[in-house]
Amino acid sequence: MAEVKAPAERPLSPHLFIYKPMLTMMMSIVHRITGGALYFGTLLVAWWLIAAATSPNAYASVGAFMGSFLGRLILFGYTWALIHHMLGGIRHLIWDTGRGFGPQEREWMAAANLIGSIGLTLVLWIVGYLFMGGPR
Amino acid sequence: MAVGKMSTPLGRVRGLGAAKSGTGHFWRQRLTAIANVPLTIAFVFIVVALLGRNHAAVVQILGSPLVAIVMLLFIFSVTTHMRLGMQVIIEDYVHDEGTKLVLIIANTFFCAAVGLASAFAILMLSFKV
Repeated sequence: MAEVKAPAERPLSPHLFIYKPMLTMMMSIVHRITGGALYFGTLLVAWWLIAAATSPNAYASVGAFMGSFLGRLILFGYTWALIHHMLGGIRHLIWDTGRGFGPQEREWMAAANLIGSIGLTLVLWIVGYLFMGGPR
Repeated sequence: MAVGKMSTPLGRVRGLGAAKSGTGHFWRQRLTAIANVPLTIAFVFIVVALLGRNHAAVVQILGSPLVAIVMLLFIFSVTTHMRLGMQVIIEDYVHDEGTKLVLIIANTFFCAAVGLASAFAILMLSFKV
């Protein structure tokens, strides 16, 4: 294959930081960031499952980490990222059918995505604490 | 599309353009996305149901056939989805061919390892019950 020469320094088309931040644009970026975070979050799921399969002691040490302040913070972030990415994914699947591109529709879908993910995360954690005694 | 006189015989056999792949990536991303919705909801319910339980109870529940099957499907669908998603992120931001290739290989290895390790653990739990 022929080596491609480095392109000459030319002005780029207006990029991200030129624009005023908009909700739909921020939600697109957040969808990718939450996806990337969840990618590494699966390590926690794998660790948890392997520990459960290994021994009560191994499972207890995972429980100790997950129950610590840092562990709870990571789990809270993981919960939100999971739900946010899932709702964002549903939004993408709606777009795949050709629907939801109108100016009002895309704005309320973006807002519903954000409000829904925060709301559902809080509900899940409240349910977790109230009925199951919280993560430990 | 130019799958006529302009393409080589090899190109006609492959039926693919300059992107070297067809709609397989796009389709699997959507397929696993659809599967992930019910499977993730089920996963969240399983985790909440296991909160605060002791090890024996967790083994009992995670190893029961229905929960184990749902967890295996969840792991398979999620690790496939995340491999495809991370590949797009790598292709978007890494423009050096060598680095890109190494990262895409590492991505596949990571997802395969996480998926297989998780699946192995679920199967171990099932056979313990």
